Amino acid sequence: MRALSQKFDWKPLALVPVLALLVLPFTGSVSTWITLTVAGLAMGMIIFVIASGLTLVFGLMDVLNFGHGVFITLGAFVATTVLGAMPLWSGSTEWFYNLCAIGLTMLVAMLVAGAVGAVFERLIVRPVYGQHLKQILITMGGMIIGEELIKVLWGPQQIALALPQGLHGSYLWGDAAIEKFRLLAVVVGVLVFVVLVWVLNRTKIGLLIRAGVQDREMVEALGYRIRRLFIGVFVAGSALAGLGGVLWGLYQQNVTTQLGAEVNVLVFIVIIMGGLGSTSGALLGALLVGLMANYTGYIAPMAALFSNIALMVAVLLWRPQGIYPVVYR
Amino acid sequence: MLHRILSNDMPRSRWLAGILLILVLALVFTPFIFPGVKALNTAAKIVIFIVLVSSFDLLLGYTGIVSFAHTMFFGIGAYGIAIASTISGPHWSSLALGLVAALVLSFFLALLIGLFSLRVRAIFFAMITLAVASAFQTLAAQLHDITGGEDGLNFSVPALLSPATEFLDTPFLGVTLDGRLLCFYALLLIGALLFLLMLRIVNSPFGAVLQAIRENEFRAEALGYRVVVFRTASSVLSALFACVAGAMLAVWLRYNGPATSLSFEVMMDVLLIVVMGGLGTLYGAIVGACVFLVAQSYLQDVLRLASEAVSGWPLLSALLSPDRWLLWLGVLFVLSVYYFPAGVVGRLRRSSS
Repeated sequence: MRALSQKFDWKPLALVPVLALLVLPFTGSVSTWITLTVAGLAMGMIIFVIASGLTLVFGLMDVLNFGHGVFITLGAFVATTVLGAMPLWSGSTEWFYNLCAIGLTMLVAMLVAGAVGAVFERLIVRPVYGQHLKQILITMGGMIIGEELIKVLWGPQQIALALPQGLHGSYLWGDAAIEKFRLLAVVVGVLVFVVLVWVLNRTKIGLLIRAGVQDREMVEALGYRIRRLFIGVFVAGSALAGLGGVLWGLYQQNVTTQLGAEVNVLVFIVIIMGGLGSTSGALLGALLVGLMANYTGYIAPMAALFSNIALMVAVLLWRPQGIYPVVYR
Repeated sequence: MLHRILSNDMPRSRWLAGILLILVLALVFTPFIFPGVKALNTAAKIVIFIVLVSSFDLLLGYTGIVSFAHTMFFGIGAYGIAIASTISGPHWSSLALGLVAALVLSFFLALLIGLFSLRVRAIFFAMITLAVASAFQTLAAQLHDITGGEDGLNFSVPALLSPATEFLDTPFLGVTLDGRLLCFYALLLIGALLFLLMLRIVNSPFGAVLQAIRENEFRAEALGYRVVVFRTASSVLSALFACVAGAMLAVWLRYNGPATSLSFEVMMDVLLIVVMGGLGTLYGAIVGACVFLVAQSYLQDVLRLASEAVSGWPLLSALLSPDRWLLWLGVLFVLSVYYFPAGVVGRLRRSSS
């Protein structure tokens, strides 16, 4: 790790401020710019939470999971049920109870998504380890089955997901408005980032995971059960997707069954931009995507559709392996 | 003679040859064997899907590339015909213009996506195509003035192909000889020619290189073939065929909207057909498309009956509701990837050899 930090590559970090400053002349006023930037960073943080799950599963385990979106949707739908079951806490104007309600919701969503992830790994993914083509096809099938099962359980219609009372509204900072919920999203995102980097780089489990990615047989020969470890990684990735789903649902304030598939497209772009298996790359990619989505949504809504693809193309022309590739395949 | 027409790629199984013969004959004589509009519609859809699925197989089965943008090219073809016919009226020239414009757009789009993402990393191709396709689908729904948005476009085709044109006053063998019938046979002829052309492509030296790339990319490169060039060529070719298939669909339906040609469900159907029929065998497209599209028309009816039969158990009944037919298609898909990896054609060929 020390060797890594010595030659840490700082250049890509400049991408985010450069992108933000480039748009400054187009936004009209500084306060609009600040609002957009903060909103974009918050959206980026939510996308990062989701993408971090996929970066574990795809980047480290080499499972091209197109079914990741199901866990996002699942998290959001669990949130509607759990928050709906706590009208006292989420309706309270007390900050403390609101945060308890949200925290509990996130916990339940992560547990449910993780448990479903374990089943998904066993039934869908396990028979096709190491076969990319089949993985893509099978996980796509798994995604459709999952989406339809969610429709069976919660119904096909869109469900409103209201923010707890205390998180409504925004802080005014000069003319710039910063929504309270977005601050919460940033806090959660930073927390996830710190925990992931710590676990992967500073703990024995992280060491084993990284070693297993590099040379699976060697780690097995040393007596570690890499299979169990990788199941854990898949479950953790699914749980993170569930957590991201809760945040995304609260961010959109309503939940549809297509939600996961829509976000998944953004997440793929983030993963490709960030580089395989890289948590920092995923963070940078997610921030760029979030900013880009908010800026173009405001300046040129029609361009918003293709802006993220254009961004990805630009990044890949600069670094064909992604920003911080950890795994070379 | 037959060898030349089929490009020396014979079915290689007596059972398969028999099934193919029956299916093709059934398609050709559909108007005379199965009366009614629904049967003719299903047959036309089967012909169109045979072209669409074969073109996808060219990419997935022969070159080993997963693309989720295939329905995008299908949609471009359909929108080309629909938009040109809406703007300049039901003439042959607008059909030709629409098709050419769609082909040109598909060519450049496929070239762009292919050159860019196949160069970076082949497994990214699936993700990038998914992103581009979903952006394109939203774009088509948003450009309301041109594409008709979610409602789509209704338009007329040249009078010769419309049901109002009758060639004989008396029905022939119980079938009215009208423009609709002519349209069906025109589609059948075009579909057959396209299929034979694709068969020719995959059995050419070019096709052999594609299969070599699928089997071992590194080795193909070492033998001196530029993998990126061949992969891009394959994806461009398959995009063009898909585009023609889309144009055929639009001419037949005289309508096009996002749900009929661009939606993800169409992509799922194509994937399912190609996997069930057998990857890397174009004949699989014929068998798969016939079985799947006939089953699809009746799956919802079966589900409705089953759902009513178990109405006492709410959860089971909800699982079997006809609205959830995609669930059962998904299950079928996963099971066929597991237990049927070679598809119907692969299974038949193995049992005969």
